[in-house]
Amino acid sequence: MRKTALECIHKLAQVDERVVFIGSDLGPGVLDKMKVEFPARFFMEGVSEQYIVGMSAGLAMEGFIPYVNTIATFLTRRCYEQVAVDLCIHDLPVRLIANGGGGVYAPLGPTHLAIEDIAIMRALPNMTVVAPCDADEMNRLMMSTVDWPHPMYIRLGKGGDKVVSKEEFGCELGKAIQMRSGIDGVFVTTGVMTQLALDSADLLKEKGIDVGVVHVHTLKPFDAEGVIEAIERVKSVVTVEEHIVNGGLGTALLESCSEQRPDLLGKIARIGISDKFATEYGSQNSLLKHWGITSDKLVNVMMKKIRG
Amino acid sequence: MSLDDRSKLLRRYVVDAMRGGGRGHLGSSMSMIEVLRVLYDSVLKFDALDPELADRDRFILSKGHGCLALYAILADKGFFPVSELESFCLPTSRLGGHPERGKVPGVEASTGALGHGVPIGVGISLAMRLQKRKSRVFVLTGDGEINEGSNWEAAMAAAKHKLSNLTVLVDYNKLQSYGRTADVLDLEPLSDKFKSFGFITHEVDGHDISALEKIFKKLPFSKEAPSAIICHTVKGKGFPFAEGNPEWHHKSGLTEDDFRKMYECLQ
Repeated sequence: MRKTALECIHKLAQVDERVVFIGSDLGPGVLDKMKVEFPARFFMEGVSEQYIVGMSAGLAMEGFIPYVNTIATFLTRRCYEQVAVDLCIHDLPVRLIANGGGGVYAPLGPTHLAIEDIAIMRALPNMTVVAPCDADEMNRLMMSTVDWPHPMYIRLGKGGDKVVSKEEFGCELGKAIQMRSGIDGVFVTTGVMTQLALDSADLLKEKGIDVGVVHVHTLKPFDAEGVIEAIERVKSVVTVEEHIVNGGLGTALLESCSEQRPDLLGKIARIGISDKFATEYGSQNSLLKHWGITSDKLVNVMMKKIRG
Repeated sequence: MSLDDRSKLLRRYVVDAMRGGGRGHLGSSMSMIEVLRVLYDSVLKFDALDPELADRDRFILSKGHGCLALYAILADKGFFPVSELESFCLPTSRLGGHPERGKVPGVEASTGALGHGVPIGVGISLAMRLQKRKSRVFVLTGDGEINEGSNWEAAMAAAKHKLSNLTVLVDYNKLQSYGRTADVLDLEPLSDKFKSFGFITHEVDGHDISALEKIFKKLPFSKEAPSAIICHTVKGKGFPFAEGNPEWHHKSGLTEDDFRKMYECLQ
């Protein structure tokens, strides 16, 4: 997914001279082809995220569209004031491409685990927050980012994630996608949790339970209308996110229902990371298991909810 | 050094604004009046009737709390009416306690939180280079402000990119909110710090009009490096009761007697 995102920046730079790339201290060889083709629009600025966000704001004030890339925690926690003041107060079209949403950097411990990034980014006025589910969707999404007039936070998965998105679904910013329909329940998901939900829906099907999946690639602006339409007729709704349960996808849905359809609140359950930092290392998958974000859990929570 | 009529006029505009809002960072604004005066009178390229002029020089007031001085010179130059100064900090005013881009004509960046101006200035300087514009970028920081590490991250980058179109000005009045910069977090040797970060650096009396004009005429100090000018100033300059007095860093609840004393200093 990250490779696709970076390649898209190069493609965008080829057709739009406003596009610039800014990295912090990324791995050797990152976007080498773009660096050769457009050396003046390729920046590798060192471990200095506060400066980098401010610099990207300066470039955007003068008409450029900066794509900034580094590890998610460093783009959110480290320079939150710069993101708020330089990007969001000025409402500038800077794209923050955040490596390693959720448990991707499991072996590296809690300093590198972006578990609250969605919550703190969606709290900022003017910010757009997206989390695509696979490389194909990333490709479609990136191509639509150029003319989006606001700052945008793009959360990346690990890479090599199973491709489940389809061309015919489209990828319109701010519009949720019904990936699978079901009459008994709906999983509402974001990022690579969509794959887990689709697998879980298959398992439920074997048990005779028909469950749909709504993929929310844009967490802010949240497509309340689209998601509510998808969940209003089913008995049970389970949100799934690789993120703390506070402030993310599940919260966004509860907020929308609280305001627009309080009658739906009772059928919603949330699955995510509990309100604490990770205490284990291992792999993304082992960490997801530790957090209780597994297909077994999804199946059990959905069945329990359906059976009331 | 006594103040001439123009310096007194600009200070009067600041006091008028404070009277309207009943508050303001007097000390922080007074230390930089002459620096702004010389910049806008003799250095910067701008058009008050066309604040978005593409080829203008960009000035960023990084120490946003000194906005009263910026508002005074912008009003004086015709970016907005002088009479508007009296709306300072009122609910629907354009002129808030920190300057905002998009609200106040001539304000390039919304500042107030400290340590943002130099990084943004580096980005704009790079943009000017990419667009092959001759526009120059000036960023004025406070002294307490450069406690923030973001300034030094950006300083390293400015040198790396050899941004000769960027000038960082430091309003070095030696006082921050709590007290003396030497006691809170000593900046010395400040000139050597900028030099070691790759800037060509000069120091100047920040209230001496001819010295300021002379030093600005020498810009850029190098075609291969960013420039820094450390302006030695006096906090509260022009008001003996406020000069060097941290109590006047910011004042609210000002009385008619306070304003009478301020205006008396400007006779």
